[in-house]
Amino acid sequence: MRKIIHTAVAVMVFAVGGVMLPASAAPAPSGVEMLDPEVNPRDRDAIQRGAKSFVNYCLGCHSVKYLRYNRLGQDTGMPDDLVEEHLIFGEQEVHDLMLSSMDPEDAEAWLGMAPPDLSLTTRVEGEKWVYTFLNGFYRDEDATHGVNNLLQEGTSMPHMLSRLQGIPEPVYADDGETVVGVQIPEGAGGTLSEEEYLEFTADIVSFMVYAAEPIRADRERIGVWVILFLIVLTVIFYFLKREYWKDIH
Amino acid sequence: MSDNNATGVQGWIDARFPMTKTWNEHLAEYYAPKNFNFWYYFGSLAMLVLVIQIVSGIWLTMYYKPTAAEAFSSVEFIMRDVNWGWLMRYMHTTGASAFFIVVYLHMFRGLMYGSYQKPRELLWIIGMLIYLVLMAEAFMGYVLPWGQMSFWGAQVIISLFGAIPVIGEPLVVWIQGDFMISEATLGRLFALHVVALPLVLVALVFVHIVALHHVGSNNPDGIEIKQNKGADGKPVDGIPFHPYYSVKDLVGIGVFLILFAAVVFFAPEFYGLFIERPNFQPADPLQTPASIHPVWYFTPHYAILQSIPHALSGVVAMFAAVLILFFMPWIDRGKVRSIRYRGLGFKVALILFAISFVVLGWCGTQEPAGLPVILGRIFSVVYFGFFVFLWVYTYFGLEKTKPVPERVTH
Repeated sequence: MRKIIHTAVAVMVFAVGGVMLPASAAPAPSGVEMLDPEVNPRDRDAIQRGAKSFVNYCLGCHSVKYLRYNRLGQDTGMPDDLVEEHLIFGEQEVHDLMLSSMDPEDAEAWLGMAPPDLSLTTRVEGEKWVYTFLNGFYRDEDATHGVNNLLQEGTSMPHMLSRLQGIPEPVYADDGETVVGVQIPEGAGGTLSEEEYLEFTADIVSFMVYAAEPIRADRERIGVWVILFLIVLTVIFYFLKREYWKDIH
Repeated sequence: MSDNNATGVQGWIDARFPMTKTWNEHLAEYYAPKNFNFWYYFGSLAMLVLVIQIVSGIWLTMYYKPTAAEAFSSVEFIMRDVNWGWLMRYMHTTGASAFFIVVYLHMFRGLMYGSYQKPRELLWIIGMLIYLVLMAEAFMGYVLPWGQMSFWGAQVIISLFGAIPVIGEPLVVWIQGDFMISEATLGRLFALHVVALPLVLVALVFVHIVALHHVGSNNPDGIEIKQNKGADGKPVDGIPFHPYYSVKDLVGIGVFLILFAAVVFFAPEFYGLFIERPNFQPADPLQTPASIHPVWYFTPHYAILQSIPHALSGVVAMFAAVLILFFMPWIDRGKVRSIRYRGLGFKVALILFAISFVVLGWCGTQEPAGLPVILGRIFSVVYFGFFVFLWVYTYFGLEKTKPVPERVTH
């Protein structure tokens, strides 16, 4: 019985972590439902698709300054020549970091602030936040770029994907003022269906989750073997202990 | 290796260095009580974590750059471009939290079984010094990645010294080496974190073990095994540390490493507790994060600080919460060590004390408003109340203890 209690205490100590979760860095505004991109870090195809979309639509302004093109290629099974053909535009080499070609000073003049580097955004804000942000643009005639965002009131980011998604209209809460959702009006959609746009943005998030921690899929793969080894080792230790202790009463 | 007149290499060394003597005194002929339980794993585990921290830390130091411009990106460089750098980093971040988990459990063991009582007062105090140095070491290490929480956490902690009357402000400037947290601060924290404090820590751990082996280990029954020796002059309830406890500790090490690896490989951020989300953003002196709070192992103390609306009193209370533990050997006047034979009042008080520590830890991670503040105040009183109660309870002889056995039990 005592053993069980002691084990329970040990488990509790570790479980305390789960309960003590500090307030998330990026909580949803009240009424806004966070969307889950359900990222699978081992889905290389999704990361590749997301990377392709990213270099086409995002990299013009946003760098991923801690990621190299060839690392992305190696981790997702793309040879260097394919990486050069599909992901690199302009002068950059395959071993270069994924830097935006936009001059930060120009960016500030055009947009009011330099677009942030996106290397670690999913680790700061969480993948749900990024996914909801990409699906949270809505028409706002008063805003500089004609759009606002559910998660970032007064965002200085234009809706770069509006050609694909269309421009959604805001959905208001019962008070008629707070925006709690977005809706694409009938017939006003872009070149992608709503389903396709969700998948498209989920892939971008997959890429960003990968870019935030390229080792993740590998570390989890290695971790399984490390833990299996440690379990075998611990079992051996246990029997060793029992053998030594059998004459102690 | 028990033969003191050995010849060959062993004899040659023994004539010049007390190799066999040391081995025997501290391992092969160091008699430890045979009734150690679960709670007695955490001393050796703390040493294991110290080794993990030193080894992984050495590797991190090879690539880390302590400058304001490069600190953050050098950590990402370690995570991405250095072979196995991610493993060294995650072992180090997980090790920091693991250190506090095992040390807190180790200290709680001491409270439960009265391991601070005579003749182990100095052993306890050396342990408390290790805890203090560990706190400083952890705080400084947390600043090094130069993320948002590193910077603003350092800002909050260092500015606490500004609450000291008269010398406060110049003291803060002196600590920072600048009028604000800057590269000068980073450089000195780096030097202290990688050289000065680890040296002190290792020296204190050595002294802790010397003191332990001088007075002998306490045990869950809180009785002195040295008072009951057999005809051979060895304690009847004692067994040699090696091989009995060396193999037993291996089992503890195995279980610990499984849990440790589970965190390192599958949840290195541990839900934002071991590595906080804002720390993936480079330090920005112009932008305050939405909420600033220290890492989980300091949150109980932080909650006490936040419970008191007056800055200086808060700081005093926070430091007092740690320093009061130094006086445990004199606060507790009881003659019975182990919780097994102590009065009901002690048992209830110790459980409440443990609960207050956990609840305060939770409060310290929350925004200082509403329920966390109310709970923080209530449990700050409970926390300090434990010491007041314990002194009154034992000084005035209110405790009704049970008879302590002559021999250790199972």
